Amino acid sequence: MIHASLTELRAALDAKRISSVELATLFLDRIEQQNPALNAFITVNRDGALAAARAADARIAAGNAGPLTGIPLAHKDVFCTEGVLTTCGSKMLSNFVSPYDAHVVALLKAAGAVNLGKTNMDEFAMGSSNENSHYGPVKNPWDATRIPGGSSGGSAAAVAARLAPIATGTDTGGSVRQPAGHTGITGIKPTYGVVSRYGMIAYASSLDQGGAFGASAADCAQLLTAMAGFDARDSTSLERPAEDYAREIAAPANDKPLAGLRIGLPREFFAEGMAEDVRTAVDAALDEYRKLGATTVEVSLPNAKLAIPAYYVIAPAEASSNLSRFDGVRYGHRAAEYRDLAEMYAKSRAEGFGAEVKRRILVGTYVLSHGYYDAYYLQAQKLRRLIAQDFQAAFAQCDVIAGPTSPTTAWAIGEKADDPVQMYLSDIYTIAVNLAGLPGLSHPCGFGGGNLPVGLQLIGDYFSEARLLGTAHQYQQATDWHLRRPA
Amino acid sequence: MSLTTEQVLRIAGLARIALADGDVEATRAKLNGIFGLIEQMQAVDTSGVEPMSHPQDVAQRLRADVATEPDRREAFQRVAPQTEAGLYLVPKVIE
Repeated sequence: MIHASLTELRAALDAKRISSVELATLFLDRIEQQNPALNAFITVNRDGALAAARAADARIAAGNAGPLTGIPLAHKDVFCTEGVLTTCGSKMLSNFVSPYDAHVVALLKAAGAVNLGKTNMDEFAMGSSNENSHYGPVKNPWDATRIPGGSSGGSAAAVAARLAPIATGTDTGGSVRQPAGHTGITGIKPTYGVVSRYGMIAYASSLDQGGAFGASAADCAQLLTAMAGFDARDSTSLERPAEDYAREIAAPANDKPLAGLRIGLPREFFAEGMAEDVRTAVDAALDEYRKLGATTVEVSLPNAKLAIPAYYVIAPAEASSNLSRFDGVRYGHRAAEYRDLAEMYAKSRAEGFGAEVKRRILVGTYVLSHGYYDAYYLQAQKLRRLIAQDFQAAFAQCDVIAGPTSPTTAWAIGEKADDPVQMYLSDIYTIAVNLAGLPGLSHPCGFGGGNLPVGLQLIGDYFSEARLLGTAHQYQQATDWHLRRPA
Repeated sequence: MSLTTEQVLRIAGLARIALADGDVEATRAKLNGIFGLIEQMQAVDTSGVEPMSHPQDVAQRLRADVATEPDRREAFQRVAPQTEAGLYLVPKVIE
């Protein structure tokens, strides 16, 4: 049951071969055994999960079960969960028991899914390694000396180690795709505006987007279908009819199920900077896609190299504004001693935020300060347009874009911890996708040195999530990388 | 571009983040590293390019100016550091 797909779990629950309470207990016990070593969870929600599982069992018995009723999952600790500690990986929110549910959390609750707990993350989703968590780093289940990626590292590690069958995440610059790649699982970030940001603690509002983790594209498709949808409480939520993101998950029709699919390979992604072991795995995956009937064509994203500089203006600028709400007045940490209001703010924020969060707030404060707006924020937004236009030009020649998710496999814990710029550069292939607001997916495509997973990124045009998931599914029908599990 | 110590202190003041004296220099060095990365943007001529804030270029939704949220003051104040009689308490601002 631990390694079962969502389809298998659904069948077992419906046939009463296992109850939701038994299933939740199985995963909760596994979390209890393995989490002390992995540190994937900040909060384990045992009582809440068992209560939800009992309700799910009643619903199944009454014949009212939906696709996720009774299925255990984990939420990234960026999502507000009513009555459950919601820290966002920060000391600032170490005492914050949320008084309300995020839209995503409410949808999954209503679907009857069982919340096992809240997963560890880089503080306020700022990081690529999970080392920026106030609650300590998450270990990569494939090698405990390595990072799992970030910022949704706890969710990715939890699914990779099968402490949960599926998990939610968020992706502002790669925070779903990159940890999925480093932990050998599948993760999707949909088109910006598809998943509501209500109750998802804000980092960079014009880039933040909820996403889904699972062992396979098929599992991600089911979770994303349940998470997505218009929500009037998010001002950038898109008013679109509900979609079944699993509609292209189908058994291969023949031995060339991807015949006619044109895969674009950006010249800039296959240039220098990609490690040899990553290149070998990615090339082999592209060969497999060709075997399945797809053709590949070289495309160009000439402005992609500007994505990191533009991101490190836009994201910190928006963060400096969003995080001004943490002032020690309405919620969160307040310093014990202060002389006046100004000192209360300054000390509460100095004590409550970690080093990387403070750095990004300072960068954002500077670029938005008087006289600098045009040179930084406006220039970055113009580059954002150029980057988005590059993708549109590429999609005139291809249906999906493929490349590595990350330039290397997971690095050692501590290796880049003291060098923010080196850390930022590790997101070279994922960040442009957020700036353009496009959907992106990472699926496992082999192993590099040290038996560490390599991820392949698929990027689609706006609203092509179902196609990305269907494409990855065909690859996963022909290969078994997604079935490999850490020892 | 290189930030001076004075600029770092000014930004920290604007951001309402206390910086310990011993941290100023290290913070300055790290910020300058980040700005070194950001400066690559300035080499690109973007005259005539429209800035992009939302990928779909959608218009801001409007709604009627009526209260839609229920009163949940008690639940929301339960997580506040200090409240009294339904008010948030802060140090005295006006003498």
